[in-house]
Amino acid sequence: MNPTEIMVSDADEKDVDTSRVAPIENPVLSMLRQDRLPHIWCPGCGIGTVVNCFSRALMSSGHDMNNVAVVSGIGCTGRVAGYMNLDSFHTTHGRSIPFATGLRLANPGLKVVVFSGDGDLFAIGGNHFLHAARRNLDMLIVCVNNFTYGMTGGQVAPTTPLKSTQSTMPFGNFEPPMNLPFVADAAGASYVARWTVFHIRQLVRAMKEGMEHKGFSFIEIMSPCPTLYLRRNKLGDGVDQVRYFKEHSVLKNGANTQDVAITATDPIVVGTFVERERPTWLDSRNAQLTATLGDRFVPYGGQNVQK
Amino acid sequence: MVSDSPGKRVGKGTVFVKVEVCKGCAYCIEFCPADCLRFSRNYNAKGYHYPVLAKPELCVGCNTCGQYCPDFAIMGMRYKDIDALEATKSAVNDDDRSGAEAPGRKS
Ligand SMILES: Cc1ncc(C[n+]2csc(CCOP(=O)(O)OP(=O)(O)O)c2C)c(N)n1
Ligand code: SF4
Ligand code: SF4
Ligand code: SF4
Ligand SMILES: [Mg+2]
Repeated sequence: MNPTEIMVSDADEKDVDTSRVAPIENPVLSMLRQDRLPHIWCPGCGIGTVVNCFSRALMSSGHDMNNVAVVSGIGCTGRVAGYMNLDSFHTTHGRSIPFATGLRLANPGLKVVVFSGDGDLFAIGGNHFLHAARRNLDMLIVCVNNFTYGMTGGQVAPTTPLKSTQSTMPFGNFEPPMNLPFVADAAGASYVARWTVFHIRQLVRAMKEGMEHKGFSFIEIMSPCPTLYLRRNKLGDGVDQVRYFKEHSVLKNGANTQDVAITATDPIVVGTFVERERPTWLDSRNAQLTATLGDRFVPYGGQNVQK
Repeated sequence: MVSDSPGKRVGKGTVFVKVEVCKGCAYCIEFCPADCLRFSRNYNAKGYHYPVLAKPELCVGCNTCGQYCPDFAIMGMRYKDIDALEATKSAVNDDDRSGAEAPGRKS
């Protein structure tokens, strides 16, 4: 649709009363702490759409919501933990994965989902990401990649595309950005996918797959930050960016992650890139200690599984 | 009256908008597969234009708009489901939220 067409508004309340009350409350709201809404995200920010998808993934996953926990770091995306109607933890900047690791290992019956930003997970928290992937810790990492540090004013991030300007790169970024799926794959993640805010149905499916997958699952979601990334780079509004994602994405399941870097000119490669079976950290530990200690070792399943 | 009376219905479905919650991002308008939403001329209290069903005859109630909305401000429903819901509502007690898409938090 042409952006200007959106503004046409011949119809109005006289035709259809859009403010009438729905016969049911929006089911998605049951997954959210409604007393905290409206959320803080800017108009056109994609994070709310990702939360909308995550809520629907949870609803259709069949999991007991008392058995799912969300952990976030700091940032606009880090606010997600505070809005989910689940046990959730808003940790310190970059430390969502260490926190989630402890949570998961102390309580192996729990589904643990880490929800955070590109800066949180790959700049200050990059080291934790690498080792959690290497260890194949059983958790899902949802990374909202908006190419910037949204919360703190649009500083350059490890994902900022070359030549884009940011408050700390006023003359254009000269630091090559990270290819997040490639990093995840190389470090040993056993499920790796990328989608954008345009791909709502695929995203719901991927979130469910990532939660079911045994091992370290990583989903990168490209998302607009109109306030601090798009505006500064004259890339329009949130909806313009999502339309761009729609028009420039190509689906390549199983793509070599080396070839999926995001550039200014190439199409955006989306899909499920990696799905492999590897023993999780707990499985490896149990196997190794059983092999060396025999009966003297009681395999660890966690407090809820066995004493 | 919570929904359109059958006599007023022109499409297969309709949308419900929480006008005061909308931030005017246009995601719903842009990605509606039937292209039936437009911004209202009016503003809500926060100063945003909000969507109205400009071509109600085209709405199929698929809720694609609701799935994109970052603010959970719009929800599309099929009249078929609205009617079924209202039938069960009058028959069964109120907190049974039937309907395929409303499992909610289980405990
Ligand atoms: C130890 C520490 N260093 C720096 C900060 C400041 N800080 C807060 S959020 C953030 C970056 C957030 O970027 P990202 O994770 O991409 O989240 P976004 O806001 O873009 O969603 C920074 C640097 C902090 N809170 N704590
Ligand atoms: S600053 Fe950017 S990422 Fe943060 S809420 Fe606003 S649009 Fe979203
Ligand atoms: S319910 Fe479907 S057809 Fe109706 S306005 Fe929403 S997206 Fe469009
Ligand atoms: S998607 Fe939601 S917030 Fe955005 S314009 Fe539509 S109703 Fe308003
Ligand atoms: Mg960011």
